[in-house]
Amino acid sequence: MSLKSLSKEWEAVSYGFLDASAKRELRRKMLKAVAVPGCQMPYASREVPMARGWGTGGLQVSLTLMNPKTVVKVIDQGADDSVNAASIRKFLTRVTGAEATWDTLEATLIQSRHRVPEEKLTKDQILVLQVPNPEPLRTVEPNMSIARQMHADADYSRMWLQLYEQIVRSGRVMQGASYPSMVNGRHVMTPSPIPRWDVPKLHMAEHLTILSAGREKRIFAVPPHTRVEPLVFSDVPYKVEEHGDITCARSALKGFFMNEIPNDDGTSSYEVSDSNLGIKALNAPEDASQKIGETWYQDGEWAQ
Amino acid sequence: MSVDMKLERSAPQFITHEPLLHMTNISKRYGDVVALDQVGAKVYPGEVLGIVGESGSGKSTLLRMMNVQELPDKGTYHLDIETEKPNLFDVDRYARLQLQSRHIGIVYQNPHQGLLMKHTSSGNVAERLLIAGERSFANLRAKASDALDASEFPLERMDAPPIELSGGMQQRVQLAKAIALEPALLLLDEPTTGLDVSVQALVLDTLKRLQQDRKITMVIVSHDLGVIRTMADRVMVMRRGQVVEQGLVDQVFQDPQHAYTQQLVHAKL
Repeated sequence: MSLKSLSKEWEAVSYGFLDASAKRELRRKMLKAVAVPGCQMPYASREVPMARGWGTGGLQVSLTLMNPKTVVKVIDQGADDSVNAASIRKFLTRVTGAEATWDTLEATLIQSRHRVPEEKLTKDQILVLQVPNPEPLRTVEPNMSIARQMHADADYSRMWLQLYEQIVRSGRVMQGASYPSMVNGRHVMTPSPIPRWDVPKLHMAEHLTILSAGREKRIFAVPPHTRVEPLVFSDVPYKVEEHGDITCARSALKGFFMNEIPNDDGTSSYEVSDSNLGIKALNAPEDASQKIGETWYQDGEWAQ
Repeated sequence: MSVDMKLERSAPQFITHEPLLHMTNISKRYGDVVALDQVGAKVYPGEVLGIVGESGSGKSTLLRMMNVQELPDKGTYHLDIETEKPNLFDVDRYARLQLQSRHIGIVYQNPHQGLLMKHTSSGNVAERLLIAGERSFANLRAKASDALDASEFPLERMDAPPIELSGGMQQRVQLAKAIALEPALLLLDEPTTGLDVSVQALVLDTLKRLQQDRKITMVIVSHDLGVIRTMADRVMVMRRGQVVEQGLVDQVFQDPQHAYTQQLVHAKL
């Protein structure tokens, strides 16, 4: 038996764009990340045909996880039809032969920037979040070596100091996105720039979440049934955005995370941020297949 | 009260008590320069030790070692705070950080070293409490303002960042931060140098009052004999990395034995 007989024939392109060694490294790092929830694992971020900072981290994870049977959904700020989401989806389906969808319920792999879909994810789904800045301590400790030591010591007091400062100066916690959260009671992570509204969706979830920063070369993960607790003071409760009472101007949906759209006359109207949820709501009267699944929030309140 | 009276009238502390701080045989070289040469120090609970000496005499290096910020080439350091008393130069980084934040307070000459200049003053104090695990906002506020109040900081400015405050106020914030966790040991590195004389007097006054109220054990490093005379019970005179003379402040300043101390005292007078 020769080495040659064991290896595949050389081909000009490899399945899923990344070569086998790159994917193997990513798989190993993902396993490590799952083994130590919330802990950042360094990896050799490869070149992909997209500029760093546009979702290359998420793209590499998706390329590694995908197979021809995958059904992939790509969203950018909740929308499936934005330029970035559309081109990533096109690229993913082209190099893997996988099927694409806009429907959260159908998808087995969801790559997302800035949002977690409103419909509940299940144990058969993987959420891949694109992360611009994986280091929650960067704002309080610019020196990365010291930040690494602080992670090792679980010394996160400065993160609370940051919240203290915000409350003292502004009367409330001003952190809107990337709300620092304690994972599994040990590591503080930044859950990528998802709004406060979405952070509870990661707590004790059914699905696996993988967060990947391509430019910063870090992977971390929230496995299913893992605690994700936003950092709060014991006497200042965590608050999500007050979108519970807003109605979508286009789909008439109420009680979900909304995009604010400024009007010419200075007022603003709102439309639901998870665009496919809005589309489903609009089509539901005519098309019975367009059924909205179970959602994390119901009537604007977190549904247990 | 009766206990205190008894303490004062009984035998001196070095007979009745174990020293709170015990350093032996500290030596440190920077290349060819000998910074500390076989220096030892003992400080008893509730006592104020002054360290005087010229620039480069090793007094600040010694203080940094008391804060376990810097390790010597040789020597041991024990603090009598818990039942176990390991050599603090041998403990790991994590234990050292815990010790620094919980049991040792330090006030630097330069407030930039000790404070987060752009955070609020109360936030600077709160940081210490957060390190100790306090997670209630109301408690943080209350304890931070208590500490600031104790160091006679005007509370209406407690949310101003130190960068907007005067030098004397910045020192008070540092002091509040240092005493917030009621440390066993308070280290002061030239706390009043660089302040004008009237402010200096006010800060020393606060320090003195704190010391009397709380019986904090202090080590104060200064090149200003006036500061040492006001604050300290006992003084250690250092020169070229060695302790040339030590004893009660009155004794040493009234009747200096070593030639260098004599020079120092006369230069002052």
